[in-house]
Amino acid sequence: MMSGTGSPGRCFARLFAVACAFLLGDGIVVPVIAAPPWIESSMTPIQSPVTGTIPNGKAVVGSTVSKVSATIGPSAKQESTRSKFSPPDNWPAPVNDQENRLFTLVDVLEYRPKTGAGQGTSGYRWDVEGWYGGDYNRLWFKSEGQNNSAFKAGYDVDFQLLYGRFIQKYYDIQIGGRVETQSFEGRGVTRGLGVIGIEGLVPYDYDFEAALFIAENGAVSARLSFTKDLLLTQRLILQGRFETNAAIQRVEEFTTGSGLNNLEFGTRLRYEIRRWFAPYVGLSLDKSIGETANLVRQDEGDPSQIRFAVGVWAWF
Amino acid sequence: MKYDLLSRRVLLKRIAALGILAAVELLVPACAVGNANTNANTIANPGSQTALSGDVIDLTISEQVFHLDGRTGMAMTINGTIPGPVIRLKEGQQATLRVTNRLKEDTSIHWHGLLLTPNVDGVPGVSFAGIKPGETFTYRFPIKQSGTYWFHSHSGGQELSGMYAPMIIDPIEPEPFRYERDYTVMLSDWSFESYETMFSNLKKDGGYYNFQKRTIGEFLTDVRRMGFWPALQNYLMWDRMRMDPTDFADVTGYTFTYLMNGLSPTGNWTELFRPGERVRLRLINAASMTFFDVRIPGLTMTVVQVDGQNVQPVVVDEIRMGAAETYDVIVEPVDDCAYTIFAETMDRSGYARGTLAPRPGMSAEIPARRPRPLRTMADMGMSMEGMHMGDVKDAHGGKTMPEVEHTGDIQKMKPSDNDPHRGHMQHGSGTPPVQDRHEMPAMDAGDQGRSRIPGAEPVKHGPDHHGPGNQMVAEYSQNRMGEPGRGLENSGRRVLLYTDLKSLAPYPDQREPEREIELHLTGSMIRYMWSIDGKKYSEAPDPIPFRYGERVRLTFVNDTMMEHPMHLHGMWMHLENGAGANLPRKHVVVVKPAERLSVAVTADALGPWAVHCHLLFHMDAGMFRIVEVLE
Repeated sequence: MMSGTGSPGRCFARLFAVACAFLLGDGIVVPVIAAPPWIESSMTPIQSPVTGTIPNGKAVVGSTVSKVSATIGPSAKQESTRSKFSPPDNWPAPVNDQENRLFTLVDVLEYRPKTGAGQGTSGYRWDVEGWYGGDYNRLWFKSEGQNNSAFKAGYDVDFQLLYGRFIQKYYDIQIGGRVETQSFEGRGVTRGLGVIGIEGLVPYDYDFEAALFIAENGAVSARLSFTKDLLLTQRLILQGRFETNAAIQRVEEFTTGSGLNNLEFGTRLRYEIRRWFAPYVGLSLDKSIGETANLVRQDEGDPSQIRFAVGVWAWF
Repeated sequence: MKYDLLSRRVLLKRIAALGILAAVELLVPACAVGNANTNANTIANPGSQTALSGDVIDLTISEQVFHLDGRTGMAMTINGTIPGPVIRLKEGQQATLRVTNRLKEDTSIHWHGLLLTPNVDGVPGVSFAGIKPGETFTYRFPIKQSGTYWFHSHSGGQELSGMYAPMIIDPIEPEPFRYERDYTVMLSDWSFESYETMFSNLKKDGGYYNFQKRTIGEFLTDVRRMGFWPALQNYLMWDRMRMDPTDFADVTGYTFTYLMNGLSPTGNWTELFRPGERVRLRLINAASMTFFDVRIPGLTMTVVQVDGQNVQPVVVDEIRMGAAETYDVIVEPVDDCAYTIFAETMDRSGYARGTLAPRPGMSAEIPARRPRPLRTMADMGMSMEGMHMGDVKDAHGGKTMPEVEHTGDIQKMKPSDNDPHRGHMQHGSGTPPVQDRHEMPAMDAGDQGRSRIPGAEPVKHGPDHHGPGNQMVAEYSQNRMGEPGRGLENSGRRVLLYTDLKSLAPYPDQREPEREIELHLTGSMIRYMWSIDGKKYSEAPDPIPFRYGERVRLTFVNDTMMEHPMHLHGMWMHLENGAGANLPRKHVVVVKPAERLSVAVTADALGPWAVHCHLLFHMDAGMFRIVEVLE
C-alpha cells in the first residue's frame, strides 16, 4: 500500500510546489522544490524548539518503529503512576454540565366555544406538564383539566407529582402520586391515586405518554396519549393528538366504566410566533364508550362531541 | 466589477457611511477599521496593525455596552473592544500578561494553542482557580513557537459575550513565504441573548434555533424530484430514527449576527491592497458555536499555515473552518476591484463578510447563500447502498461502508434503545479492540511521503455501552479527512481537505505511537447532552493518564451526527492524515459525523490538560475531559 502511493505522492507534491511557486512568484520559499524534505536525513523542523528535546524520545527520523502494543484504554500500563491532579476545593468545575433547570410545557390551554345544537355549553381544557432537574433525574409535575367534555360532564381536574428517571435514550420512567377531583351529579368528589408511567419519544417521532393509576380503593385505570408535530412551514405546525383512558373497575362517581373509557382525536394548528409561544385553533373528536358513555349521560353530559377550540401552546 | 461605474457622489456617500459605521461601532478595535482610512496611499508593512506588544502586557476584562446594527447589548470585553486587542509577540521572548478582572464574576484567559505550563493555561478548575473580581492574575511564560493564535475566556459564557482576541507571534527565523500586507480576520458569532438563555433553550428544545427543518413543502418538492415512495421512505426513515437531517448548527443565524473583526455584514470590515500585492490573511474562527466556509470569490487562497504551523502551500477556493481553528492564507488580487471575503455558516443560516479593496468605500457583490445541506446515511455510519436517497451527493458515498452485511436495512443501525448488553460491561475508556493494529506499516524517512491513515478502513462499533445520554452509535466509523464535508461536495470549488495538509518540514518525533486511546464523541439532541464515551465530564472527572515522553495515538470516534472541533491543550496533535514524515500539527481537529480520526501526541508537557469540543455548549454540556501527563 505504501510503496504504491509513494511515487505518485511525491509527484503530486512536486507538482503542487511548482504550482504554488508559479502562483506566488518567488514569494514562497518552498523547500520541497530543492529537495523533498523526506529524503533528507538530518532535518530540523522550522519552528519547534519545544519538541526538539523530547524526553525519552527517539527523535531520529527513520528509527525503528515500535509496535503498537497497548491499545486498550489509558490505564493499561499506568498502574504505577498515580494522578497528581487534585484540584483544591475553591476551584470551580471546568464545565457547567450538572445544572438543574425548570421546564413547563403548556401543551393544551384552550377555550371550547358552544357550537351548534345539542352541544351543551362551552368548555375549557388544559394539559400542562413540566419538570425540575437535570439530564437524568427530574421531578415531574402534570395537570389536566376539562369541563363539559365527552368524558366528564361537569369538571375534572387532576394534578400529578412524579419522580422521573431517564432511561433507554428516549424515555422517562415516572413514579409518584395524583390527586383528581371532579363533579358528579352536582357535587365534588376527590380521590388520590398512585402513578407509574413512562413518557418519551417513540420511533417515527411520536411523543408518547402512558400511565397506570391505582386509586386509594384499589381501582385501576390507565391513560395513553400520542402527539405528533407536522411542519407545514417553519412556524406553522399541525399537531395531531390522540388520547384514551381505560379502567378495570367501574367507578361511578368518576364516570369511568370498566374497559375502554374514551377516545379523543384532535388536531391543533399553531403558529409559533416565538419558538416557545404559539396561538392555535383546533378541532377535537371526543367520544366516550360503553358504560362510561352511559355514566356521562347519567350526569347530563354529551358522550360524543365534536369540539372546536382556540388556545395557546407555550413553554418556558 | 461595478465600482468604476459609481458616481463620485455615490462613492462619497459610501465613504461617509463607512465613517458613520466606524463611529457607531465604538467597541470595534482600531485595527479593524483604522487602516481602512489611513492606508490609502501607503504600503503597510506586515505587522503594522495596531497591536499590543512588549515584555509586559496589561489586559482588563470588563462589561461594556455593545452596539450592533442599531441594537444594543451588554458584552464582556478584553480592553474594551470586540475582538480584544491583537497581542503581537516574538518567538523566544518572555511574555508577562497581567489580566485584571473588572467583572462581577470570575474570569479567565486561555492562550489558545500555546505551549506553556499548566498553571498558566487559564482553564478554571484544571489550571487554576480563575480570576476573582477585582483581582489581577499574572501569566508568565516563554514563547516557544510562532504563528497565528488567539486567546479567549474559558469561563462560562464569556467567550460568547465577546471575550476573544488574536495573538500573533513573529518567528525568529524568517517565514518561508512573503507578502506585502498582513491582516487578521477574526470570525465570531454574536447574540443579544445571554449564554444562560441560549443554553437553557437548547436543553429544553434541541432544535430551538433551527428554522431550516424539513417541512411539508420540502416534502412535496422531494416527491417531484425523487418520486413519492422514495421521498416518503426517506422522511419516514429519519422520523423512525428520531433524528433531524437538517441539524448542522445548534445555534443559528436566527439569533447570531456573524462578525468579522467585530463588524457585522452591514459593517463590512474593509482592508486595502494595491493590485498585484500579496495579502496575508490570518483567518481565525473565534466563534463559540459556528463553523464557517470561507471563500473570496475571484481569488484563490494559498494556505501557508494551519493552527499557526507552516504547511506546504495548498491552493484552494474554499476552507471550512471549525471553531477555534486558524488558517493563514495568501491571496494575490491583481485586478483593481474589490473582493468580498465571504464566510458562510455551515448551516447556511447566515454569514460574516468583509472586503478587500484597492480604495476605501468600495465593495463587491455578496454571493448568494447556498441551500442548507442534509445529513445522509454516511453521517450515521450506516450503509448507504439500497437506501433510496436521491440527494446523496457524497463523493465518497460508495465506499463509506465495507462490503459486509449490506442489506440497506435501516434496522442495521444499532437499535440502541433496546440494547440488551447495556450496563453489563465496565466502560473503561470506551475502547473496543482496534481491529487492524497489526497492519500498522513501518514509517521511516525512506518511505515516499505517504503513510497509512488510521481508520482508512471502516471499523465496526462494538456493543453500545454509551448509556442513555447517547442517541446512536456509528455502526461503522471510518476516516473522512479526504471529504470536503457536507454541503461542500460537488461544488466545483477546490475545498481544503485535511489530507492536503503536510508540515513544511518533518517534526522531530517520528515515532509510531506506542499505544492508542480511543475516545468516542457521544451525545443526544433529545436532551441536548454531549459527552465522551457516553459520560459527561462530571460523571468521569478522573484524568486520562499519558506517560511523560510517550508517543500516544488519540483516536476520536464520532458517534454523533454533528462535526466536533476537538481541542487538546498543552500539546500538539499530529494529524495522522497520511502525510508520512510530514504530519501536520494542530491544536483543534474537526471530527466529522461517523468519522474515526487519529492524532499522534508526544506527551512532552507534564500536568493536567483539558481536551474538549470547542463548541461552547457541547463543552459545557460535558464533552470535556482532562488528560494528565505523568512522570
